[in-house]
Amino acid sequence: MPTWRPDPTFYPSARMAMQAPPEKLAYVAMLNVEPQARPDALGVVDVDPASSSYGKLVGQLDMPNAGDELHHFGWNACSSALCPHTPHPHVERRYLIVPGLRSSRIHVVDTKPDPRKPQIARVIEAEELHHRTGYSRPHTLHCGPEGIYVSALGAPDGGGPGGIFLMNCESFDVLGRWEVDRGPQHLAYDLWWHLGHDTLITSEWGTPNMIEDGVVPELLLAGKYGHQIHFWDLKKRRHSQVLDLGAEQQMVLELRPAHDPTKAYGFVGVVVSLKDLSASIWLWHRDGAAWAIRKVIEIPAEPADPDALPPLLKGFKAVPPLVTDIDLSLDDRFLYVSCWATGEMRQYDVSDPFNPRLAGSVHIGGIVRQAGHPAAQGPLNGGPQMVEISRDGKRVYFTNSLYRSWDEQFYPAGVRSWMVKLDADPAGGIRLDEKFFLEFDPAFRGHQVRLEGGDASSDSYCYP
Amino acid sequence: MAHLWPWAALTGLGAFHGINPAMGWLFAVALGLQAGNDRAVLRAIPPIGCGHAAAIALAVAIVALARPALDPILLQVLAALCLIGFGIFRLLRGYRHAFRVGMVAGFGDLVLWSFLMATAHGAGLMIAPLVLALPLAVAPVPATHAHATVMAGFGGSLDIGLLAVLVHTAAMLAMTGLLAWAVYAWVGLSVLRRGWINFDVLWSAALIGAGLVLLAVAVSEFPAPDR
Repeated sequence: MPTWRPDPTFYPSARMAMQAPPEKLAYVAMLNVEPQARPDALGVVDVDPASSSYGKLVGQLDMPNAGDELHHFGWNACSSALCPHTPHPHVERRYLIVPGLRSSRIHVVDTKPDPRKPQIARVIEAEELHHRTGYSRPHTLHCGPEGIYVSALGAPDGGGPGGIFLMNCESFDVLGRWEVDRGPQHLAYDLWWHLGHDTLITSEWGTPNMIEDGVVPELLLAGKYGHQIHFWDLKKRRHSQVLDLGAEQQMVLELRPAHDPTKAYGFVGVVVSLKDLSASIWLWHRDGAAWAIRKVIEIPAEPADPDALPPLLKGFKAVPPLVTDIDLSLDDRFLYVSCWATGEMRQYDVSDPFNPRLAGSVHIGGIVRQAGHPAAQGPLNGGPQMVEISRDGKRVYFTNSLYRSWDEQFYPAGVRSWMVKLDADPAGGIRLDEKFFLEFDPAFRGHQVRLEGGDASSDSYCYP
Repeated sequence: MAHLWPWAALTGLGAFHGINPAMGWLFAVALGLQAGNDRAVLRAIPPIGCGHAAAIALAVAIVALARPALDPILLQVLAALCLIGFGIFRLLRGYRHAFRVGMVAGFGDLVLWSFLMATAHGAGLMIAPLVLALPLAVAPVPATHAHATVMAGFGGSLDIGLLAVLVHTAAMLAMTGLLAWAVYAWVGLSVLRRGWINFDVLWSAALIGAGLVLLAVAVSEFPAPDR
């Protein structure tokens, strides 16, 4: 039902969204890893420091089927509803769209009657998605001008091309394939945009066949995983430019454009370089009429005793950082970088996007480091992975699982899954919140976190 | 004096259309903020006016063409049904947007955007009852002079119809310009968070209400005893 006033969680600009009240709840995707699989779940975490259940799981919605592999998810509507050219401000931010990355099933979860007890409102089966779009393995989604944009890794047979499809933000009907002309684009992963410049950007991982049984060393060493980003005309739905980072830059994943729509630049993380196992962050930016890209951060691999390494890495005698997620604060000032394999969360000051400055670092988990947490006993594994920043930029949440079959390759002992929180100093610097350590039931692994009312990767803005 | 009220109502509806952020003032503000100067706000106003005027002119032209050809009461009933039907359709339809104009918008883009937004929201339809009430120069048509009279009547409707479009658009543009300037230079966009009430519901109510009034008038005039 339409409302009389805009949803109070919609803000015209990222600047105004930073004034939003602190979140009290977080939602987290929970992947079930029991041999006799039970369904995955959406967890509800109390993040209100004044509450007696602070840092604890206070709700859990089991999915209707087993084997979904919940991964990323997002809201049906967000601040982009206030955009002047495509206004729809009286739609509520109420439903979480929760795709199963393996099952291709899309769950619509209603958070309204009781935010601590979300309920399934609708389930879209894989067949319907295939029939309407030709795509499968829905991955990342964003609320935008024409509704909900969802990236998909590939076709129902596990091959390519991957792409984008659209969903209606009120009925949740799958509307169809987004692209009119995909040009040379074949691999898919993330999508986001510069709304002020009518430009959509996509990145590359691999087709379902290239990832679902784990990373394939032969493909990796041959540079076959994604190493390009694509620019599209958001309104004409046409491919306009491709930027190749070079085949040695394997897996170009999370896209974080500046939140201010007047700024035409953004950051993208590369998981691993074949040259030296380093990870890197690249800055795309406007260069005349076209887009250009350059490496602005490089994080080296750390030498390690082969005995401490999983079979996949023994021969290299080093731990690659494996940057698997990045996130940009709403003031476009701090970029958080997850180094999943070395067990480090880095904070960079990117006030000057061409010259990032390391402003903070926290160690937790890691293949070799296995750094602990003040509130946890003993060493921890897994490493900083899906990271989410509160709208005011003061709190940072993250979990430690990547993707089931990849978890097993890098952490063969099994990932003991946790969610932690950092406190961020407005002037730079981060530290672990000693009171916040959520250890998941051993049957589950936490993945993406979404904050009540929106966070630093859920909304887009049309005004500076 | 009795015929002044449609003009007053046309002016009032112009201001009512102009207040709606979806009709253009907000786009003008956004373009100003994106460009970082107030000239961009000013530049956006004329094309927004052109598009709105075109949408209104289309509705006036349809009425002007239909008027000589149809029985007046039948025309009123048809117009009333269109208003009520479109109002209900708008209420039930939910958000759907064909994205034809982006944030990088030139003069032509803004004309097209404004025309599409006004038409899709039923701006032209909303003023149709007023155009029907205007004293257009259409006399009862004696069979012998049918052709000449229709042409004369059509010419008269053109003048008055054009005036109707201009009066309405001037009021709409005045409100658009005023709000765009006030929000850009003074109030700020935070006003959107509470102030952007649901104009879609208001518009649907206005369309349905106008349709019901028109229907009532048509019914009260039927059967016309001596016309």
